[in-house]
Amino acid sequence: MSTVKQFSATGMAIRTAAILFIFVIVFTGLLSGAYLWTKPAIEASAAEEKMKLADEVLPRSEYDNTLLADALTLPPTPELGLADPTTLYRARLGKQPVALVFEAVAPDGYAGKVRLIIAVRADGRVAGVRVTQHKETPGLGDYVEIKKDKNKARPWITQFNGMALATAVDRDWKVKKDGGSIDYYAGATVTPRAVGKAVLKAVKWAEANRDQLFAEGAAK
Amino acid sequence: MITREEFKTIAGNGIWKQNTSIAQILGLCPLLAVTTNAVNGIMLSLATILVMAISNLAVASLRNFIPHEIRIPVFILIVAALVTVVDLLFNANLHELYLVLGIFIPLIVTNCIVLARVEAFAAKNPPLQSTFDGIFMGVGMLWTLALLGAMREFIGNGTILGGIDMVIPSLQPIQVLPESYPGFLLALLPPGAFILLGCMIAWKNWMNARAAARAQAKPPAPVATAGCC
Repeated sequence: MSTVKQFSATGMAIRTAAILFIFVIVFTGLLSGAYLWTKPAIEASAAEEKMKLADEVLPRSEYDNTLLADALTLPPTPELGLADPTTLYRARLGKQPVALVFEAVAPDGYAGKVRLIIAVRADGRVAGVRVTQHKETPGLGDYVEIKKDKNKARPWITQFNGMALATAVDRDWKVKKDGGSIDYYAGATVTPRAVGKAVLKAVKWAEANRDQLFAEGAAK
Repeated sequence: MITREEFKTIAGNGIWKQNTSIAQILGLCPLLAVTTNAVNGIMLSLATILVMAISNLAVASLRNFIPHEIRIPVFILIVAALVTVVDLLFNANLHELYLVLGIFIPLIVTNCIVLARVEAFAAKNPPLQSTFDGIFMGVGMLWTLALLGAMREFIGNGTILGGIDMVIPSLQPIQVLPESYPGFLLALLPPGAFILLGCMIAWKNWMNARAAARAQAKPPAPVATAGCC
């Protein structure tokens, strides 16, 4: 009796397993089909998005090389707060260095890391900074992100445009509360303080490594 | 096919009686995280409607091939695969819309509302009914999240339709309270969402109790039960 039962249970288990297996095969096939079919389009729009981000910090009219192709993979760089490898782009005009576009992280935001993209010109001036990722309090510290900034005429993040180590001492990159020149909104000082600090570090890093970065594996 | 009666029951269940957010209390994590304004709530709900309609349709169509013992893993497989496919197709073909809705799709994949409806409805009903169930559960979620989001941003920021410029760039949020309104941070943080959601549940229970009292013969409607996630 029990052997028969056991057998039928085994048979049932096998049948169920087979059905589950068929489902897995069919839906995995569906997934990989969809992935392969959409891959080129998704890659194209990802590249376009990267360019859009780059356009925000550096106008396309200022360089004539293919920015996304003139890239370097940066190892994890503690000076920039980067724990993972990132990509750095080099803008050139007629083979002359124009600017470096790279990522940086401010580790000490109010709610964790604030991720930035920053463009530093060959002469050391900041071309532009944008916040790409953050978890700052909505409606309070999130004005560092240009889209959330209520001041549309002169968004907070544009204050860094044109600043350079040559004309601004370390203190100038701090918020006014700390004796610097960067504006902030009362009640949300931690976020702008963190961003200012990260931008200063990034500019210093770019200044120190510029020549090497532009020369390395230079495009033909 | 679907009868008028059935359709009415499904719509009524989804929009009011079995409302995901204030009756079933399901899917609270995306609810709390996303409803800092009405627009976000609406966007999350639109993505959920799409996902629920598709997964309910798929499971209802395949329900006769799925052995009862392994239904849960198969449901998860189907839902996860279809949502990923939708995500990929969106990203590739409707990229503008994807940028707006796309961030919400990963939030939904694991949302228990989807699995709950698949298990409770689509596994036992024909495809057409199941699709409508998915849509109307989503619609119920839509108005609840829109209302919750609107209250939170009104109390927290004094605006309505904040974030609309992310969806329709030509529109700007409307400042209802004066610029000098200092804001009320609690409403924007998760505890504020809990408090306001609690008020909404209380309001629904009160409405139910009143309706029951009017009907007199019937005992009061069962109160909301605690949900998962």
